Amino acid sequence: MSNFKRRARRWAPGLLLVSPSLVLLGVFVYGFIGWNIKISVTDWKGQLETDNYVGLFWYKQLFADETFHNDIRNLLIFTVVFIGGAVIVGLLLALLMDKGVRGENVLRSIYLFPMGISFIATAIVWRWLLNSDEGEGTTGVNDILGWIGIHSDWHKADSQWAISAIALPAGWALSGYVMALFLAGLRGIPEDLREAARVDGASEFHVYWHVVRPMMLPVFMSVLVILAHISLKTFDLIYGIAPLDPRTETPAIFMYLTAFRGYFYARGAAIATLLFFAIAAVIVPYIWYSIRKERTAR
Amino acid sequence: MTRLFRQLVLFGFAVFFLMPVYVLLVTAFKSPGEVDVVHMWSLPRSLSIENFTTVWPKLENGMVNSLMLAIPASLISSFLGAANGFVLAKWRFPGADIVFPVILFGMFIPYQAVIIPMSALMSDIGLKGGLDGLILLHIVYGLPITTLIFRNYYIGLSEEVIEAARVDGAGMLRTFAYIALPLGLPAFAVSMIWQFTSAWNDFLFGIIMTRTEFWPVTVALNNVAGAQTVPFNQAMASAFLASLPTLLVYLLLGRFFMRGLMAGALKG
Repeated sequence: MSNFKRRARRWAPGLLLVSPSLVLLGVFVYGFIGWNIKISVTDWKGQLETDNYVGLFWYKQLFADETFHNDIRNLLIFTVVFIGGAVIVGLLLALLMDKGVRGENVLRSIYLFPMGISFIATAIVWRWLLNSDEGEGTTGVNDILGWIGIHSDWHKADSQWAISAIALPAGWALSGYVMALFLAGLRGIPEDLREAARVDGASEFHVYWHVVRPMMLPVFMSVLVILAHISLKTFDLIYGIAPLDPRTETPAIFMYLTAFRGYFYARGAAIATLLFFAIAAVIVPYIWYSIRKERTAR
Repeated sequence: MTRLFRQLVLFGFAVFFLMPVYVLLVTAFKSPGEVDVVHMWSLPRSLSIENFTTVWPKLENGMVNSLMLAIPASLISSFLGAANGFVLAKWRFPGADIVFPVILFGMFIPYQAVIIPMSALMSDIGLKGGLDGLILLHIVYGLPITTLIFRNYYIGLSEEVIEAARVDGAGMLRTFAYIALPLGLPAFAVSMIWQFTSAWNDFLFGIIMTRTEFWPVTVALNNVAGAQTVPFNQAMASAFLASLPTLLVYLLLGRFFMRGLMAGALKG
């Protein structure tokens, strides 16, 4: 008993110091998530909160709702184009910079700075660049495509694929980050390993394929998880470029409009709950894996 | 691949990344009469700051609000993060291994999943509408990343330093205040920059949790420049002004910023 007391005296202050944060996060993260789920099974619509239990009514309604189907479709297209684009560009930049280039610091700053800019400011500039007017009103990216002889309408707001155009500014904002993650991964591979393969007669391509690629797998997983959760959450960027446009609406936007414009709080909470579980499905295994790996490394 | 070719491709990408900045600057500095879509890519004939003077009065209040919220929010949340990080790395208690991922999870949640209860609670306790509530929110939701930044930093700190303080009879608070905090200054810079940027750039909390007079700059910006009827030169000038603080922080302290980015991927 006294032994326990003595040990407790040693760690108790630490626990005490963390406890305010734990209480705050307990309420604002876990408490709110639970509360949100609870709201999603009530009939709360309108300014005044009501809490009559309606079971899975809103979920069933959502799964039958054309708008929600459309939003999920948009989100899937956005996620695939955005992640694909950002990974390809980020990886390419990292591979090109890996062995050192002139002006590396300047280049790295140029690729990274978009991440420090708010999505709203990004949206304002890109809305101008992605303007879908034709003929006399053609601007921005369409101008450039025109100059190089491509007259496409892939990013037009009236196209079925308009949402994929928003992946362009999203990729602009985050490819540099992806580059930085990959570059850190590449530089973390001991040079001896590559040298050993070269001594054994491997070509530079073989060095990358057989030595570097397997070691980059964890970084690759991190990048995918981070981009996937950003993609599911993306709100400001889409809202800033094309608010209230069903062709670029995603569940995150739909949730905001439903709850805070339409006052269908319970329905908004149901969308948010689905969004939460989609992200948790990606993030929980990721945190689990990262922590376990760290523990075995120590 | 030759070195020259690599350099050229990288240069090409740099041009792509800077393209929106070019458009923003040439448009913002054009006189209102000169702006039309046909000459979107051409340089302004003369430098005009008229757009900036037109939009500044509409943004000024938002800029002030954002400063008043981002500075205390990033300071307090970095400080709490330092305490958490120190304890989780060097003054561990039973269960610390569970507490850390539990804190970390808060970093990834979609804020949509907490915002309805948040809005309800904040209005119940009278913190909805003003800056105080928004500051509290940025402190709380900043805790996971600041804790992560400091924990990863302190993990690398030699155990002997802490042990020496312990042997000398220093308690936890003393060790934290006199040893860990001064040694943690680099992590503090990372954490401050990261938190300042995310508080400054936040839009969702701002638009839901504040009244018009307390709108942060992003909400003001969206209001000024978001409408389709606003002339694009004014929209660009506002976007430029609203991005200036984080851009300056980034340009001056980019090295630290970079480290903060790495922390976001759970790496030290």
